[in-house]
Amino acid sequence: MAITEPPKIVTSRLAHDDSHTLERFLATGGYEGLRKALAMTPAEVAAEVDAASLLGRGGAGFPAGRKWSMVRPGPLPYLVVNGDESEPATFKDHLLVERDPHQLIEGVVIAAYALQVAQVFVYIRGELALGLERVQGALNEAYEHGAVGRDIFGSGFSVDIVVHPGAGAYICGEETALIESLEGKRGFPRIKPPYFPAAIGLYGEPTVVNNVETMSNLPWIVAHGGAAFAALGEGRSTGTRLFALAGHVRNPGVYELEMVKTTFRDLIYAPVLGGGILHGHELKAFVPGGVSAPWLGPEHLDVPLGQDEVAACGTMLGSGSIVVMDHTTCALRAAWRITRFFWRESCGQCTPCREGSGWLEKILWRIESGAGREEDLDLLMDACDNIAPGVSWPPQQTTICVLGPSIPSSIASGIRMFRDELLLHVKEGACPHG
Amino acid sequence: MSHLSDDTMDRARQLVELYPHPRSALVPLCHLAQEQDGWLTPEAIAEIAELVGVSPAEVHGTASFYDMLHTEPVGRYVVAVCTNIACMLRGAYELLEHVEQRLGTGVGGTSPDGLFTVEDAECLADCGRAPCVAVNHRFFGDVTAQRFDALVDDLVAGRLDDEVPPHGTLIRVRRHGGLRVGADQVAAERRAMAERAAAAKAAEAAEAEAEAAAAKDAAAEEAAKDAAAAADGADEAHGADEADEADDVRPADGGS
Ligand SMILES: Cc1cc2nc3c(=O)[nH]c(=O)nc-3n(C[C@H](O)[C@H](O)[C@H](O)COP(=O)(O)O)c2cc1C
Ligand code: SF4
Ligand code: FES
Repeated sequence: MAITEPPKIVTSRLAHDDSHTLERFLATGGYEGLRKALAMTPAEVAAEVDAASLLGRGGAGFPAGRKWSMVRPGPLPYLVVNGDESEPATFKDHLLVERDPHQLIEGVVIAAYALQVAQVFVYIRGELALGLERVQGALNEAYEHGAVGRDIFGSGFSVDIVVHPGAGAYICGEETALIESLEGKRGFPRIKPPYFPAAIGLYGEPTVVNNVETMSNLPWIVAHGGAAFAALGEGRSTGTRLFALAGHVRNPGVYELEMVKTTFRDLIYAPVLGGGILHGHELKAFVPGGVSAPWLGPEHLDVPLGQDEVAACGTMLGSGSIVVMDHTTCALRAAWRITRFFWRESCGQCTPCREGSGWLEKILWRIESGAGREEDLDLLMDACDNIAPGVSWPPQQTTICVLGPSIPSSIASGIRMFRDELLLHVKEGACPHG
Repeated sequence: MSHLSDDTMDRARQLVELYPHPRSALVPLCHLAQEQDGWLTPEAIAEIAELVGVSPAEVHGTASFYDMLHTEPVGRYVVAVCTNIACMLRGAYELLEHVEQRLGTGVGGTSPDGLFTVEDAECLADCGRAPCVAVNHRFFGDVTAQRFDALVDDLVAGRLDDEVPPHGTLIRVRRHGGLRVGADQVAAERRAMAERAAAAKAAEAAEAEAEAAAAKDAAAEEAAKDAAAAADGADEAHGADEADEADDVRPADGGS
């Protein structure tokens, strides 16, 4: 497939070193989308976002317009922006908060206007120190510029934005845990239903939670119209999306690509994108959408980067992060490291998740360190089945949130795709990859 | 005498003001306390508890949930070596081994000189530059053993003091515009918005009613004329209502 050259919707300023400054922002059309939005009615702004059919970029891919329609017409007590980005191998929001904080703020104010919100909290992962400083700095400038605060650009609309730092806990990216965290508590996901915080959110009030990248798309959508956005991509996957490419590729990084018009092969091999596998090695497998997603192999390279297209392969585009593993990679070690992550980050509320992740990690480590037994692979699958009955994707959920059911993804992928290699591991009591 | 300095206390009170409920400031206040002391001391925990209106045990319990909040002393520099998947594929564990050797301590430990604490970190969201290391949450990418040694030398010599503040200092940019909208004002704003929305809805309903009435009467020409006049009147009346409403909320709007 030829790689299309769509307009840069969220990365248009990144070629400039000073992309985070107000000066650069204003010189490149910054806050024009907001001015336009304020001249429209909130309903008209919401209609544009609906027409864009913008899917949430936080991982679940729920249409932003539809989420908003649950609470419109406002006013809505709270809008919360999810900048907790901690899904392993996901590093796109990090880029957006550090390199274009004003774009995020502009998007947030547009959303606040459409939803008639007076108070916004932008929750940013605590480890992103520079990102936090950049967003706070930009916010100070935006207040002074009249783009946030009272009577924005003389429109009569007012909104306050508070930047809230997290403190290191992956689970706080889950929206109900994020709300708990924002209330000053431990980040325990809430029992569903309600399925969305729309009904009972922050301080028990209706709340919309949207991702940083979702928000960052709004200035362009308002400036160019929802239809122009929807004209990009295909089917349900409209517009462009940030893909974070990492692992064994020559050019890891974040790429903004038109949805569906690019394949995994393009992303990994095109000279202007991934540039191929490091050291000219062969591709073994890749994670298609964050480590919660089941893996794909070389036979899936021609699958387009679209939400439904990837879902059709029994996995997900998730957070849009692709990790490439070359033929020297030990599949067992990769699955172990991912499982170790879930074990460390499980909040511990649900037994299958808390205990299961620990068991799985131990068994995987036992095999990895050469003390594995023949029956260990079945044991692993059994333990996976306990967490997510059937071990399929999308998973059956017996836990409060989907962290638990995501644990089997890498393990089941490793066993299904590389069973012989894993057995060899057990038999030889050592990694065949050395 | 409070444990938190006057400056820290000032900032702490401002932070509490930002939220509709004081408890929301708990984590930000813990960050502030770490900025003062490098870690979260029992004295600071007690004062934070008072500021947000919960027990010290609750602050401690909440803080212990979060990896960045340290209830034990740590070095001036906390060195987080990411070993998650993308970094592991690019040699993170080999790097971690080197880091431990160079600093003379294992994961979770602090170097003999008390300067460096080593952590085996989960993904730092910087995988494009794997393997990566964060020192006090300031990122360094594409780290080799050699580059790590140079980084340590620079830190010890103070050459990176601007980029890497001592552990605990997270956000050096202070909020200076935001307090213009205090919690009371936000509440007033929200009320005003609700009133505006209700007024708009009422106006819409009245309009629809008038339209319906107009449609009903359309058969009788004489009556239709009357209805149109009535509808005009209704529109005008609601326009006036809205203006009144807007006047009511102005004190809140102009409160800054
Ligand atoms: C375990 C877990 C971790 C998550 N982490 C994040 C995250 O770091 N950032 C994010 O935006 N969404 C994350 N999500 C998804 C959020 O729950 C939520 O769907 C999203 O923030 C909604 O925003 P969107 O509709 O704009 O995508 C996570 C979900 C789960 C279950
Ligand atoms: S599934 Fe795991 S992370 Fe999610 S609520 Fe249950 S224990 Fe916590
Ligand atoms: S895996 Fe190391 S930064 Fe993401």
